[in-house]
Amino acid sequence: MTQDYELMLKAYTDAGGKPDIFKETNIAHLVVHKNKVIGKNLVKGLVLEPKETPKGVDIYLKVEKKIENPVHLCFGILPKEGIQEINIKAKIENNSGIKLLAHCVFPNAIKVVHKMDADIEIGDNSYYEYNEFHFHGEDGGVEVVPKARIKIGKNSHLVTNFSLVNGRVGVFDLDYETEVLDNSTLDMSAKIYGYGKDKIKIREAGLLKGSNSRGVIKSRVAVKDDAISEIINEITAAGEESRGHVDCVEIIQGNASAKAVPIVNVLNETAKVTHEAAIGSVDKKQIETLMARGLEQKQAIDLIVSKMLR
Amino acid sequence: MKILKIENVTLKLGERQVLNNLSLTVEGGTIHSILGPNAAGKSSLSYLIMGSSGYTPNTGKIYFLDKDITNLSISERARLGITLAWQEPARFEGLNVKDYISVGMKEKNDFLIKSVLHKVLLEPRDYLNRLVDKTLSGGERKRIELASVFAMRPKLAILDEPDSGIDILALDNIVEMIKELNQQGTTVLLITHREEVAEIANYTSLICSGFIVKEGTPQEVGRYFKEKCIPCPSKNFPDQKDEITKGEK
Ligand SMILES: Nc1ncnc2c1ncn2[C@@H]1O[C@H](COP(=O)(O)OP(=O)(O)O)[C@@H](O)[C@H]1O
Ligand SMILES: [Mg+2]
Repeated sequence: MTQDYELMLKAYTDAGGKPDIFKETNIAHLVVHKNKVIGKNLVKGLVLEPKETPKGVDIYLKVEKKIENPVHLCFGILPKEGIQEINIKAKIENNSGIKLLAHCVFPNAIKVVHKMDADIEIGDNSYYEYNEFHFHGEDGGVEVVPKARIKIGKNSHLVTNFSLVNGRVGVFDLDYETEVLDNSTLDMSAKIYGYGKDKIKIREAGLLKGSNSRGVIKSRVAVKDDAISEIINEITAAGEESRGHVDCVEIIQGNASAKAVPIVNVLNETAKVTHEAAIGSVDKKQIETLMARGLEQKQAIDLIVSKMLR
Repeated sequence: MKILKIENVTLKLGERQVLNNLSLTVEGGTIHSILGPNAAGKSSLSYLIMGSSGYTPNTGKIYFLDKDITNLSISERARLGITLAWQEPARFEGLNVKDYISVGMKEKNDFLIKSVLHKVLLEPRDYLNRLVDKTLSGGERKRIELASVFAMRPKLAILDEPDSGIDILALDNIVEMIKELNQQGTTVLLITHREEVAEIANYTSLICSGFIVKEGTPQEVGRYFKEKCIPCPSKNFPDQKDEITKGEK
């Protein structure tokens, strides 16, 4: 167990995490390896109850105030094979808030499955910010399946940032569904870099139910080699004066292919949704600008793609 | 020393003959302005010198310091010391000013990055971490383009309408910046449609309909431009080809 903890810390550090935060008593954290909880710290106002199951961990999370420091989560599987199913039930009470930083590390994966299923309820005058960073090995042997249903109360904010730009994606199938009440905002963003035979599928949907609700869904995907990606961004604006925006950029190189499906529904005459989607190779003028400063074409493309995904 | 020599180039884009047997010589160390009305072929000429894809001349040759560069890539030309500041510079997502400017620098160094921002009158503290994306105004983007040219210290800088998108008040500043770039040792090919900007050059070529109509001192060519080109009804088609003259070098 302690050895697993050491190895997870190393993987976490390799992934860019700062392991010192696990020693801070005023910063909450939870470290899960496969189906074992190997590290945990709580702070006042935060209830975090993990329960180990045969295939993973069920987590109950309750936030009773605005938690000052970001809460750090680390999920991972170190061996080449394994399965990890994380089920989360989260409740953010009224006038409360939390910022989560989750690192998911699968550095040696050849046959690894990581499933995450979350039900999140955010009260009124509250916020929930969830940032998830993935670090995969170079074998592409990971299947990542994150699902979430998120309800946002009134005068509240939801921010999600998903990033998978280090290592092979493997097979990825994300599905986030959200519902937004009066005067609340939704801001979802995903950045993914696929290569080899990676398969990416993202569906992010926002239902702007309340009056003056706002929603932005942003995706940035780059695929090369034989990778494929399909992005479904869906916004339904039903509330009075609700506003939505979908912004999708997919860059393809080599044999890769990409598909974007923006779905925009407007159910209220005072509501409005805009969308922009660009799919194609890297912009010629961008490449030539950097080449005119001395970069080779390939260096220019790599710089443009890596900055877009940063 | 002739830094750039363009010999009888023609360039066809689609069905359109954009450059028409155009020849041009640029003397090293000078500011050489290319003055011409809209759609004369100025930007196309700058892409052709830089080596943009799709802008290889159908006939003719381009020499840089006596080396034939007609078939070199943009990167190869840049490494020889040529660069281009686009009329409408590209925007990049996630790339900040600091990283953008440092792309062309042989030795990356923060002090130099700050100093080139000072040269274009942008306060480094406010701009180093700004993104070179849609959030910059047109004028700010053009200044950053100039700053990145300063940082690269090229032998030849092609500036495609550096004054466009810049308000009249800032025009004097831009002119000073171009002169300073030249004093730094860079030969400047200054492309513009305003004779008052062309006038800062040592030598001017007037382009119309894809070829050089007249060359000479900026005053001479500027006067011709005002008298003949501005009133000319066929804005972009010189009707008196026999009048085409070459000024003294
Ligand atoms: N890719 C293209 N295909 C066809 N015609 C073009 C293309 N690019 C430019 N042109 C035409 O060539 C002419 C010169 O354009 P340009 O070089 O941009 O002029 P300037 O910079 O002097 O305004 C214009 O008439 C323009 O419409
Ligand atoms: Mg032009």
